[in-house]
Amino acid sequence: MLSTLHPPRSLSRFPRYTLCTLTAQSSPSTTPPPHSQILSIRRALLSRQVTTTQLAESYLTRLRLTEPHLKSFLHVSDAVSQQAHCLDGKIARNEEVGPLAGVLVGVKDNICTVDMPSTGGSRVLDGYRPPFDATAVRKIKELGGIVVGKTNLDEFGMGSTTEASAFQVTANPWDVSRVPGGSSGGSAAAVSARQCVVSLGSDTGGSVRQPASFCGVVGLKPTYGRVSRYGLMAYASSLDVIGCFGSSVADTGILLRVISGHDRLDATSSKREVPDFASQFASINLLESKPLKGLRVGLIRQTLDDGVDSGVVSLIRGAASHLEELGCSVTEISLPSFSLGLPAYYVLASSESSSNLSRYDGVRYGNQAAVDELNSLYGDSRAKGFGPEVKRRILMGTYALSAGYYDAYYKRAQQVRTLVRKSFKAALDQNDILVSPAAPSAAYKIGEKKDDPLAMYAGDIMTVNVNLAGLPALVLPCGFVEGGVAGLPVGIQMIGAAFDEVLKILIAIDILI
Amino acid sequence: MIASTFFRSIQNHHLLLYPTALFRRKNGVLYCTMKSTEAQTATQEKEKPQPKIPHRSQTRTIDKISKDYEAVIGIETHVQLNTLTKAFCSCPYNYGSPPNTSICPICMGLPGALPVLNSKVIQCAVKVGLALNCKLSLNSKFDRKQYFYPDLPKGYQISQFDVPIATGGYLDLDLPVDLNRAGVPLLEIVSEPDMRTGIEASEYAAELQRLVRYLGVSNGNMQEGSLRCDVNVSVRPIGQSQFGTKVEIKNLNSFSSMGRAIDFEISRQVQLHSQGQGDLIAQETRLWEEGAQKTVTMRKKEGLSDYRYFPEPDLPGVILTKAYVDAIRDSLPEAPEMKRRRYEKMGLSMQDVLFLANDINVAQFFDETIAKGADVKLAANWIMGDIAAYMKNEKLTISEIKLVPQELAELIASIKGGTISGKIGKEILFGLLAKGGTVKGLIEEKDLVQIVDPLEIEKMVDKVLAENPKQLEQYRGGKTKLQGFFAGQVMKVSKGKANPGLLNKILVERLNAKS
Ligand SMILES: [Zn+2]
Repeated sequence: MLSTLHPPRSLSRFPRYTLCTLTAQSSPSTTPPPHSQILSIRRALLSRQVTTTQLAESYLTRLRLTEPHLKSFLHVSDAVSQQAHCLDGKIARNEEVGPLAGVLVGVKDNICTVDMPSTGGSRVLDGYRPPFDATAVRKIKELGGIVVGKTNLDEFGMGSTTEASAFQVTANPWDVSRVPGGSSGGSAAAVSARQCVVSLGSDTGGSVRQPASFCGVVGLKPTYGRVSRYGLMAYASSLDVIGCFGSSVADTGILLRVISGHDRLDATSSKREVPDFASQFASINLLESKPLKGLRVGLIRQTLDDGVDSGVVSLIRGAASHLEELGCSVTEISLPSFSLGLPAYYVLASSESSSNLSRYDGVRYGNQAAVDELNSLYGDSRAKGFGPEVKRRILMGTYALSAGYYDAYYKRAQQVRTLVRKSFKAALDQNDILVSPAAPSAAYKIGEKKDDPLAMYAGDIMTVNVNLAGLPALVLPCGFVEGGVAGLPVGIQMIGAAFDEVLKILIAIDILI
Repeated sequence: MIASTFFRSIQNHHLLLYPTALFRRKNGVLYCTMKSTEAQTATQEKEKPQPKIPHRSQTRTIDKISKDYEAVIGIETHVQLNTLTKAFCSCPYNYGSPPNTSICPICMGLPGALPVLNSKVIQCAVKVGLALNCKLSLNSKFDRKQYFYPDLPKGYQISQFDVPIATGGYLDLDLPVDLNRAGVPLLEIVSEPDMRTGIEASEYAAELQRLVRYLGVSNGNMQEGSLRCDVNVSVRPIGQSQFGTKVEIKNLNSFSSMGRAIDFEISRQVQLHSQGQGDLIAQETRLWEEGAQKTVTMRKKEGLSDYRYFPEPDLPGVILTKAYVDAIRDSLPEAPEMKRRRYEKMGLSMQDVLFLANDINVAQFFDETIAKGADVKLAANWIMGDIAAYMKNEKLTISEIKLVPQELAELIASIKGGTISGKIGKEILFGLLAKGGTVKGLIEEKDLVQIVDPLEIEKMVDKVLAENPKQLEQYRGGKTKLQGFFAGQVMKVSKGKANPGLLNKILVERLNAKS
């Protein structure tokens, strides 16, 4: 059965651009540690096998090599070497360095960084440099992480392919004629191509999970409120979360712990204690002893229906069998409200975005249209500054909130949201985790859905419910379907109860890899 | 008498269910206007309050209306809270600070910045809500109100739309628009359209001002814009239940201009109605022009604006616990109207009551003075007389003068006990007002203790009689009016310190003594 799962570890986990290996990985170890780039780097640095400068240089070399094909970054920091040098000094002096010391982090460009441009992928913010770091970025920097650059995205996070960026189209590292997914396509592609160790994305309706699936990396969407949104350019505030990409569950867990926690600058951030996710990882040598015994897994029937690629369905079913072999009890469950989530999501997200994007009125940020009259200033600046997908959602959202339509759209969508939340709650009372594909298909061709927004929206069916319910979910590679150069990765989505990122998901998943 | 009408009408609604109930349905002309009350406050002269008739030319019109038409007035009051920091960030704000000096990513609405509610805003809202005896919503929420405006950085205001924190007077939280003040916490208090005259409306606003000052939630200053009243006025034929077309009046910088603006607007609308031109009354916003004493069109309303309200996703709902509300309730100061009733029971005149209770600082000064045992009526007289006059001349508030309640009580006791005369009392008072110190200290320092020794006074009387033989002769010849002259001379000799009673007694004895 194991062979049907294609455990990613036994495959070449990285596409052809990334075949060179890290010096740090060759470190011998008596007890097998969890698969983690971050931990490997730490060991290599502290044992003086490699310097931060060497490490950073190897990533930057690969970045320079691959970037012309991938275009994952909108901006690459020119301070990486200097920061690496600084860390090397600390290590040489035996000073304490944080858990992310020497870790190169890519940051989605809708997350504010004080020393770099932050455009959100939009013309309206062309050249904008925020005067502050997002809380998540600040924490990463404080713990030794090095921000390598700002990654490409669909404008303000609105899109599922990264084609809606105002600046460039990012390619999928597994097949450069295909999309990396979106909206965090740049962050997913960058980790997939080893342009950086881990990266931050944002997930409003699946924008971390779907590109993780398309690019064959691990994507973690935390519980709403787990990570401060301060410094994340708002798309749909009640759904937005900052999420993590890594090449292993352990890496996303370590990164999540760094960026989590209450922030007095975000009133919706949770005051719950942040567990040490890394300490929960089970060791790989437990694999033979049914380590997941007792874990109840619910396979969501509605996500394996018509409209889902048959290759994807069989990979998910294969993964479910593998989970059973590891001791889980897997049952198929039904979430009748599942299909309602998609339209409700698009109404709510568009409504909130129509409000959140009002601030880009041409008065304060770049791209001020040269007109005399105030209404023309607003109109022209926004007409020139926003791309078509953003305009479409502003129009939809404005319509849904208008007098006379509010009850039929916004209010009704909120009612559906309550329904979705309740049905997930009920399902998670019966199961420890729920399982589904992360997307109905593997990565598709660039341009394939560009002129068919509804087809693109439909691709979000697997992920949007999780945002409506505010739950944590993790996507990790579970195999390949045919296509591209050497197959295209497919991810499985595992959904946990609120604030249960740790015990029920991470343990299970690290073993699964 | 006129004032007492006003006062009693308040008293009738002692439960103060909502502010509008306060002034509802009074008998036309029997009001003390706010203007005369203010003048009273300021000059401290004991004039009889004069009913102020707004505009003679309009009075007739208004009289006519009262027969055929009735005005419907509602007031929307914006109270700027003195929370020290803005509503949704920790920037300080001060009225009059240079533009854009206290701003941060949050109040500038920069991408990625999020609002965090200043808990003092809620505290102020609960205070006002409780003081108005509103029904508090233990669960309320914030909403976004959306429109484009150059000084509105985010393109929306954070406000409360359908679940305000307090209802019953209807209380609303709102935020204003200009960038330097963006995020300045405002409380919006909306009245029911229950008022019928300008004077009623300005009394309502004045009572609200008094209340927010009592509660210490705002300085309530209309000139600075800390208290802003927008008034809605419509008229309709008496007997008609449907409202007429509503006109909004802005730019009301004082209570008296509010009253005059409303009365002007009523008569304008009535005149149009009575000339059969009621359809010329447009739903619009009009400005009050103080110079011309009239309202002029500011902008016509083009249908209703659609603000596309929806719940603010960046702020969790406001949840008030009973313990929190109870703690605030326990800390509330005595309401103006309770204070007035208490003062009335002490036997003070209505005029005294209205004056003393008008300003919480004055009321506190008075309360502290009588707590030190001072005679109630005398304390009131001193405060409303010389102290108020001094404050007015020196442009000081009662908290800024050097005199403390303890010493006023001492002064009153010293006069009552005969240690000093009333005249010397005044002298000491001005010393205390200007320089502070104690009554005892000033008496000693200036050697002002009253002379009550009969022998000493006798000596002075004898001296004066001896020095004025001519007048003495005239007096004894029947010109007894000269007694006053002699008394004055003796007082002069005593440097004002002779006990007047004793002085007169001895003087009369000596004058009438056959020598
Ligand atoms: Zn601020």
